[in-house]
Amino acid sequence: MWAFNFLLLSAALFSIGVFGVIARRNAVMVLMSIELILNSVNLNLIAFALMNNSIDGHVFALFVIAVAAAEVGVGLAMVLMIYRNRRSISLDELSEMKG
Amino acid sequence: MSRAPMLLAVEGPVGEVSGWFLENAWLIPVIPAVAFFGILLFGKKLPRGGSELGIASMVAALVLAAGATYQWIDGLAAHKKAAGNYEVEPVIRDIVWWQSNPFEFGLGQHIDGLAIALLLLVAFISTLVQVYSTEYVAGDRRYTHFFAALTLFSAGMLAMVLAPNMVQLILGWEIMGLCSFMLIGHWWEERANSEAALKAFFTVRVGDMGLLVGTAMLLGIFGTLDIKEINELAAAGEFDSKNMLMWTAVALFIACIGKSGQFPLHTWLPDAMAGPTPVSSLLHSSTMVVAGVFLVARLYPVFHVGLDINVAGQQFNLIAVIGAITIIIAALLAFVQDDIKKVLAYSTVSQLGYMMLGLGVGAWTGAVFHIFTHAFFKCCLFLVAGSISHTASHHSFDMKKDMGGIWRKMPVSFGAWMISTFALCGVPFFSGFFSKDEIIDSAKHFEYTTLWVVSVVGAGLTAAYMTRATYLTWFGTPRGGAAHFMGVEHDTHGEVHEHSAHPHEAEHADAHLPDHTDDAHDTHGHDDHGHDDHHAPHGKPLPFAPHDSPWKITAPILLLAILAIGSGYLNAPALGIYWFEHQTESSIGLPIDHGDEHGEEGGDHSGEEDEHEEGAAVTELALGTGTFVAAEGGDGHEYEAPGEFAVPAPPTFTWRNAIWPGLTLVAVLFGVALLLSRAVFGGEKNPASRFVGLTKRNKAAGGIHSFLVNKYQLDNLYENGIVHAVAHPIAKAAYWVNQNIIDGIVNAVGKGGKRSGDALYKYVDQGLVDNAVNLSGTAASEGGHALQPVQSGKVNQYGALLFGAAAVGAILLIILNA
Repeated sequence: MWAFNFLLLSAALFSIGVFGVIARRNAVMVLMSIELILNSVNLNLIAFALMNNSIDGHVFALFVIAVAAAEVGVGLAMVLMIYRNRRSISLDELSEMKG
Repeated sequence: MSRAPMLLAVEGPVGEVSGWFLENAWLIPVIPAVAFFGILLFGKKLPRGGSELGIASMVAALVLAAGATYQWIDGLAAHKKAAGNYEVEPVIRDIVWWQSNPFEFGLGQHIDGLAIALLLLVAFISTLVQVYSTEYVAGDRRYTHFFAALTLFSAGMLAMVLAPNMVQLILGWEIMGLCSFMLIGHWWEERANSEAALKAFFTVRVGDMGLLVGTAMLLGIFGTLDIKEINELAAAGEFDSKNMLMWTAVALFIACIGKSGQFPLHTWLPDAMAGPTPVSSLLHSSTMVVAGVFLVARLYPVFHVGLDINVAGQQFNLIAVIGAITIIIAALLAFVQDDIKKVLAYSTVSQLGYMMLGLGVGAWTGAVFHIFTHAFFKCCLFLVAGSISHTASHHSFDMKKDMGGIWRKMPVSFGAWMISTFALCGVPFFSGFFSKDEIIDSAKHFEYTTLWVVSVVGAGLTAAYMTRATYLTWFGTPRGGAAHFMGVEHDTHGEVHEHSAHPHEAEHADAHLPDHTDDAHDTHGHDDHGHDDHHAPHGKPLPFAPHDSPWKITAPILLLAILAIGSGYLNAPALGIYWFEHQTESSIGLPIDHGDEHGEEGGDHSGEEDEHEEGAAVTELALGTGTFVAAEGGDGHEYEAPGEFAVPAPPTFTWRNAIWPGLTLVAVLFGVALLLSRAVFGGEKNPASRFVGLTKRNKAAGGIHSFLVNKYQLDNLYENGIVHAVAHPIAKAAYWVNQNIIDGIVNAVGKGGKRSGDALYKYVDQGLVDNAVNLSGTAASEGGHALQPVQSGKVNQYGALLFGAAAVGAILLIILNA
């Protein structure tokens, strides 16, 4: 089934995204990895929409894109503030959330 | 006499009438109900304080009622032409209001002859009384609320009259009770007024219990609250237990005793005269108090079958006996009242007794017709009383202190009073004669001999007490307020007129209330009839003599006086007119057993009957089943009891029956009362003079007099016998129970509570709960320490945890779904 290929691609993208979030030190790179994860989810939604012959998946994908845009906006603003305070965006040096 | 077999007298097609007004008669109560809220919300902002809304709504209701009446008469005439009888179906419409499986409770309308007659009556009298009130209570501080309550009352009565089921009937019934309470206590600043209002409310409530119980029993017996179905089932004998039906009728009749002021619950009605006169006129004489009579008439099959009315050989039944007792005791009480409104109140009670008696002996038509005629003349009498107090007697109703000799100056009021009095006394060719005579005649004809004697005596007493009241009010020497009004020095009896002479006199006492009465009378006093009662010194002739009341008062009085004569001719057996009977006979709910009436009717009255009636007689004769033995002919109208599932036809009128002994007794007692009145009150020398002062000279007579003045001690009995003897011991017992038993229980519970509390604290709280709490705290603390390293503050680690957990969740999901 050809739609299965979409799922494979989406799984690969997801894995790359997860790797990026866990392994990268640069906050911007982490944000980009999150985008990868979200887009893999979009791809999944579209693929299932095709398989089920339903428009719902497309609608959800559009919503996810909008939410992702907002999330990246907030994330980049935070990164900018962190850079201004510390002159660095390396996540290694950040441990303010330690409980 | 053997019980006659059950039969249906008229076997013809049952017709239907229709028309816009008939089908939309439900609007009649809705309009005043809406107007009530309108008056409450906007009344004070309107130029006439809301009275215009009230009057407009009543006129609208009157127009609708008149239209419905016209269409009913028209439809009935058409049916009569087509089918030859007067049997038509009521016009019923309803909506389901709420339902409780399997019962549905509706609101709607049940329009038939009875409902039509009362709708027209109530709408008409309400309109007149509201017009009258605009003058009578002008300037009152609660003017708007007065009209709101009057309008709501009319809505309630109209809703009750066209109720298709018991629920709506109770609804209207209770609205009327509430309005009665509000209006009697309209001037509640006077303690006596608010007490009278409470008395009326509670006394009627006692009866209302019967209504609720009776309604519940009806539901139990017939499984429906629909009045038409109840009547049909009762008339067809479709019930399990006759005994149950009897008790239902008794329970419902208790409600009627309360509402219609029957013995022994009549005591509230005279006290209700504390309200403004228009209220007495509308609620407590002509409309609301006939609600009980209406209920009996409406559910007549239930009462007729349940109480075995008209069953052969029956001499007494509950309704007729209560009615007869009421006639006599109320008429006797009317002799010792000094207050003109109280005389009229007792007269109302007595006439309500006649209606009940009529229903009790099977004279349905006579009773309903008496409701109809009585409303006009009694309403008129009350309005005249109000007119006197408003114009002539300083807001007093005391006949002995403030009235007398005023007939010359109030020709309209006086004429209306005399006409209505004649109607009330049953003088021939006035309306009361036709209705009352039919009741009395029926009592004799249907062989309730004892009750018949009572009713004849009652008619004589009516004539006597009305003669006394008329003499005191209109003739003789002017006294008190009336002397002032007539412009003569008054000193004849050396009585000083004081405003506070009768603290329970509402209008009278009202003169003390600041801010309304004075202003009102000043404004109209100077220009229209020189009525200036609060400033001119008493006893001095007025500079210019006032005349009759203003037109807003006299116009309703005149109209009612005309109807006090005219309404009687709707059903005048003496003249062979049976129009009202035919219009309403389909409402009885029971077949009318015409027996041999019509053969005789043709013989006796052929000269007096018009062609229409003769045609009717012939047709009905042909339709009759002819089960009964025909009369011997001539006057010997043999009566056969029709049994419990049919009502007998009204007796044939003969002047011989009317004159002897009824009218003769009326005439004799009228003469005696006139002589006595002139002797006692006028100080004249005549054959009755030796009875003057009898009550003071003769112990027995004095005893009777004070017994009457004390209203048979009934009020004392209720107050001391029931309220004190029952309520006080109950209160005492309740106090004892409270102190000893309840307090003991409370203390024991308290002590027990404390002990068990102590134990609980020691073992459960300290031992169990505390340990559990401490344990969970320790566990949480240890767990937190163990998990602390996870919170490294490193975003990457958090992400790893997140995704790791998601992966574990996904794996679990797959395993579980596999």
